[in-house]
Amino acid sequence: MKDLPRQPQDIDGNPVTAGLPMAMLAEITHRCPLACPYCSNPVDLIRAKSEISADDWGRVFRQAADLGVLQVHISGGEPGARRDLAQIVAHARDAGLYVNLITSGIGITRDRLLELDAAGVDHVQLSLQGIRPDMADRISGHPGSWDKKMGFADWVTEIGFPLTINAVVHRQNMDRLPDMLELAERLGARRIEVATVQFHGWADLNRKALMPTREQAAMTRQIVNEARIRLRGKMVIDYVPADHHAVYPKACMGGWGALGLNVGPDGTVLPCHAAQSIKWMEFENVQDHNLSDIWHLSDSFNAFRGTEWMPEPCVSCDRKNVDFGGCRCQAMALAGDARATDPVCSKSPLHAQIVARAEADASAETTEFVYRRMSKQG
Amino acid sequence: MTPLITAQDIPYLPRGVRLQDDRLRGIRVLQAPERAMQLDQIGDAILGELDGARSLDQITRNLAARYDAPVEEIAGDVRDFLIGLIERRMVFIREAA
Repeated sequence: MKDLPRQPQDIDGNPVTAGLPMAMLAEITHRCPLACPYCSNPVDLIRAKSEISADDWGRVFRQAADLGVLQVHISGGEPGARRDLAQIVAHARDAGLYVNLITSGIGITRDRLLELDAAGVDHVQLSLQGIRPDMADRISGHPGSWDKKMGFADWVTEIGFPLTINAVVHRQNMDRLPDMLELAERLGARRIEVATVQFHGWADLNRKALMPTREQAAMTRQIVNEARIRLRGKMVIDYVPADHHAVYPKACMGGWGALGLNVGPDGTVLPCHAAQSIKWMEFENVQDHNLSDIWHLSDSFNAFRGTEWMPEPCVSCDRKNVDFGGCRCQAMALAGDARATDPVCSKSPLHAQIVARAEADASAETTEFVYRRMSKQG
Repeated sequence: MTPLITAQDIPYLPRGVRLQDDRLRGIRVLQAPERAMQLDQIGDAILGELDGARSLDQITRNLAARYDAPVEEIAGDVRDFLIGLIERRMVFIREAA
């Protein structure tokens, strides 16, 4: 453990000021019965023995609420893999936070769901890997996942939780989006998130099997637009487009260290869930420092705050306060430099190369996955 | 297109949506799935009227009386505000019995 700087400054030493975070992602475990090849967990997964306790989470939630956080997203891995999930949820509610539970639906029985209801879960978000058992079970790497999910969705409805369906889409399931929308409607979901795979970590290992074609990205956009009109007042569609096919990058995290933070299973605090792909960056842990100090003072959170750290073409771009130069992790992955303009931006000097690579990956023949698994050693 | 709410409909906050103080920022927020919406005084006043029993019409009249404003002047604003939230599935409606 090292001391935190006294003065917040960006990666170039310019003074910066932090706002207040609204939301916190609590990845309470990396254990998961599924093996999705685009998992957003880091490739180096944290083991159960390194997970912080429910009481530690209680302390973190109180610090988060004191810092301005209003909502916590309790996720994993599969959060249900922790036997003390209900206790963790209760701690979050006691801290005054709104509790979103993000789950695969696998391994949480009806009795446990009732227990989670009593503990104060406000909203359940259920992941969807595909439509029908053949597709869903193959993509999730878990035989039987489809049937278990559908059973879980029924209990969610029976208990009365608001439900969001979280559909991650990519080349191998994108064409079934209309069926996913219909399923979400039939399950009585208030919301569906249609999120195109983000190519970090595990997904980056599976680019050739997952990258959507340009035609698929355009068709998905059209289906979403039509469905939004048809489902107005019935179901909300949140859509994360395929940014490899976009003109401008996504406003990742609403800006680095601007609105949200992520706490991992071992208490490591990250500006975003993929931040550990920036290998040179060091991150603090809630076991060493107060969350407020980490948010306001740590080098990791301050590195890309404000706009002064930006290189050209970002720093003179009129969109610099719109998309903040895009995603730092994507800049790291594609340009080899976390400070670079996100290469998916049409103004990036690397853009043509990135588009060519995306098109090549999209036309790859392979459908084989590298599944997310914990390594045997460790 | 059928209107999302009529004067006789009863708007209410469904399960998973609640009004709350944001003590740090000193404002009121509407907490909902994946979303915390910051409210101004007008928004807070409107949502504070949603008791699951009164219709849009009654709510509008109440607000008009409370703020000493003509009903016809605020009716459009109240309805538009609620329609925005109905579209986001943060306010539900039931038809009057």
